[in-house]
Amino acid sequence: MAAVKPLLIARNLCRNFGGLKAVDMVDFSLTSGEVRAIIGPNGAGKTTFVSLIAGRIAPSSGVIGFDGRDITHLPAHQRVRLGIAYTFQITSVFANLSVHDNVALAVQRTHQDGRGRGARKAGIDAALAKVGLTDRRDAAAGALAYGHQRLLEIAMGLALKPRLLILDEPTQGLSDGEIENFIGLIGELRREATILLIEHNMDVVMKLADRITVLDAGRVLAEGTPQQIRDDAKVQAAYLGAAHA
Amino acid sequence: MPFGPHLLLATLEGLVSSAVLALTALGLSLVFGVMRVVNVAHGEFFMIGAIVAWWVASLFGGHPAAGFVAALVISPLFVGAIAFASERLVLRRLNYNPEATIVATIGLLYLLQQAALSFYGPEARPVEAPFNYRILLPWFGYSGYKLFVILAAVVLLFLTWLVLTRTRIGLVMRATQFDRETAQAFGIPVERVYAGVFAMGAMLAAVAAVLIVPISQAHYLMGQDPLLLSFIVVIIGGLGSLRGTLVAALLIGMSDGIVSMFFSPTLAKMLATGAVALVLVFRPQGLFGTAVR
Amino acid sequence: MSGAFVKSLALHLGVIALLAVLGFVLPAYHRDVVSRVLLLGVFAMGYNLLFGYTGLLSLGHAMFFSAGLYGAGLAVYHLGWTAPTAFAAGLACGALLALCVGALALRTTGVAFMIVTMMFAQVFYLATLYFGAWTRGDEGIVLQPAQRTIEFAGLHFNPTDPMTRYGAALLLLSVVLLITLAIVRSPHGCVLVAIRENEERTKMLGYNTFTNKLASVVASGVISAAAGAAYALLFGYVGSTFASVQYSILPLLWVLLGGASTTLGPLIGTLLMYYLVDLSSSLLARAFPDWNLSHIGVVGLALILLVLFFPKGILGTIRERWLKWLP
Repeated sequence: MAAVKPLLIARNLCRNFGGLKAVDMVDFSLTSGEVRAIIGPNGAGKTTFVSLIAGRIAPSSGVIGFDGRDITHLPAHQRVRLGIAYTFQITSVFANLSVHDNVALAVQRTHQDGRGRGARKAGIDAALAKVGLTDRRDAAAGALAYGHQRLLEIAMGLALKPRLLILDEPTQGLSDGEIENFIGLIGELRREATILLIEHNMDVVMKLADRITVLDAGRVLAEGTPQQIRDDAKVQAAYLGAAHA
Repeated sequence: MPFGPHLLLATLEGLVSSAVLALTALGLSLVFGVMRVVNVAHGEFFMIGAIVAWWVASLFGGHPAAGFVAALVISPLFVGAIAFASERLVLRRLNYNPEATIVATIGLLYLLQQAALSFYGPEARPVEAPFNYRILLPWFGYSGYKLFVILAAVVLLFLTWLVLTRTRIGLVMRATQFDRETAQAFGIPVERVYAGVFAMGAMLAAVAAVLIVPISQAHYLMGQDPLLLSFIVVIIGGLGSLRGTLVAALLIGMSDGIVSMFFSPTLAKMLATGAVALVLVFRPQGLFGTAVR
Repeated sequence: MSGAFVKSLALHLGVIALLAVLGFVLPAYHRDVVSRVLLLGVFAMGYNLLFGYTGLLSLGHAMFFSAGLYGAGLAVYHLGWTAPTAFAAGLACGALLALCVGALALRTTGVAFMIVTMMFAQVFYLATLYFGAWTRGDEGIVLQPAQRTIEFAGLHFNPTDPMTRYGAALLLLSVVLLITLAIVRSPHGCVLVAIRENEERTKMLGYNTFTNKLASVVASGVISAAAGAAYALLFGYVGSTFASVQYSILPLLWVLLGGASTTLGPLIGTLLMYYLVDLSSSLLARAFPDWNLSHIGVVGLALILLVLFFPKGILGTIRERWLKWLP
């Protein structure tokens, strides 16, 4: 493969909490257009790692680069403006606002150039349609079923028109049918954005991911195509053996 | 009076302030530490303690010491009962939501002031000290009672420390402070602990008030200064830290006393208030508290 | 959406028109009371912007009101400035103070923010006492009517004339009311609500929550200062009481009663509470003359009952149950 400049790079990334090394000297890179899955046992540091990338927490040491820029010390909201969107592992929507207003806040962010209300309405409608929440637009976000709240999270992420979309356990709590829809959705989305997802559902991972990174105890255990990871003995011992294949 | 003895006098006065302040602030610190609520009415518990002390003392005709001892027992119990009732009727219903609790305790503050105004009146009334003994130093005479106040406060602080660190009740309190959910999982009746702690905080303020009222007077507005100073002590010393509260009380009490004596009391208060605001902004854990996780 | 906007605008203009009519219809005593209430209502609206919409509970807003009060009052008293420039001075003081306090206090959240604002306000209050040489502390300064007249387009406005006073207060209220309506319906207003509801999510949508919150603090401070400056110029009295903690608690009470995060709630709350305190104080004083019953008991009880049973206030409850379009 020709050397393509990576969209996202992390070098020697570390994050300590007191004595605990949640993320320990991780090197990571993502190419534009890729769908990368991060898997690993509980406590491996997956959410901490993506939180470092999104800017929710600051690294103890190491560098993060996005599209050629050093973003290591950039605050979270500016990383979002550069094109990194993060959806929360524990659903974090505006519970008291309607579904429509939730997405509106995301769309409003990308329409700061003063485009009219028409363009904004179009953006909101498009985002809702993509995840299938159009007929629930007036419901209070907090009153939605859990699965639909997860979809709202994704809709908000989409509405930001990100270049890198980080999904933290997006299928957790979804029914089988909803998961199928989700796989289809990501299939479409990957044409517009690079996708980094944390997942426990191996079915989803194997179907969607181009490459998989396995984290264990804060370190990268293995990295490769789904087939390579499936055949990797270390990964089997640490993780796949216990989880459902 | 030459400077040296003047400073000594200021120091002694400062120690008295610190002693009373330490007791009052400890009450506030316990409530915040265990329940995570800010009780803006804390100063009014102090005030009611003083007023009840006056009332009890006025019932006892004979030797003022009898009235004083009675007040030392009755006043904290009375104030504790009010606190307990407030906690049950109001705070618990608000689920200890921080904003709502502050608003509710502000309401309680006004209600208690009104009660004092109605039942006691707007005047300031003195209470006689239990004994009148003047200790004669080479430069000035000093009230033996004031020295007693310092001693009594130290003893009470020590007893509180014993309860907190050596008894089961104290252990239960500290466990609830540290992690409410885990404490509940271990079968600790968190709601009862909260009621007890809230009452205990109020009682500490009441005791402090009983000690100070023979020196100052009982007045329905006397809770405002102790509230502000207690806040300052608790914030600078670090919320929930016993040692921090003591050190900060000493610091604030002494500097307030000394600055008030040599400069203007208003200036002293300005500096102290401004300092505590800046401490909260730049070093929220205070001097001894642990950083918020 | 525009249907709701038309309804909102019509409602607000209707309220302003009603108040204008009241100015002519009310008996003299009540007209003066309402003049005062209108200005305090502006103060409450400023407070509501920060508390109701942005979700930041300040316990120090007396300092912003007083910044306007003293800014305008001292400018007239010591510097001899005319009313309009003094008003501008009051606004400038409020803005500057809000900027400084906001930059510091916004580094804290929740309970710490409440305490920090309360402490800064206390320092301000003590300063008005400490610098009594200029401020005359508790006793205060009385501004002569001659110092407060406004010359405008050849016309001569005397603030001691009750109708002029009412008109000026109503003018300020109308301007501020419409400004608040505009703010809460704007994209910035939506962001403020988002910050109130879930600040971290708002950050992760790309919004700089610090600058948005600071803007809200400054707007809130300027509006409060405008009320204070107008109060000094229209009623001619500047004193330390207005900087005391009581005037930080009262706007909270008024906003809670009327309905936080509604545009008209603060005014309704101020009006109702003012009359409630007034009525109950005189009623209770007549019924129980020996009991020294004053407004503090009423205020205390009101706060507790509101926060326990009625946290959304009047308009908030109305909006929730019936009129969902209410801004």
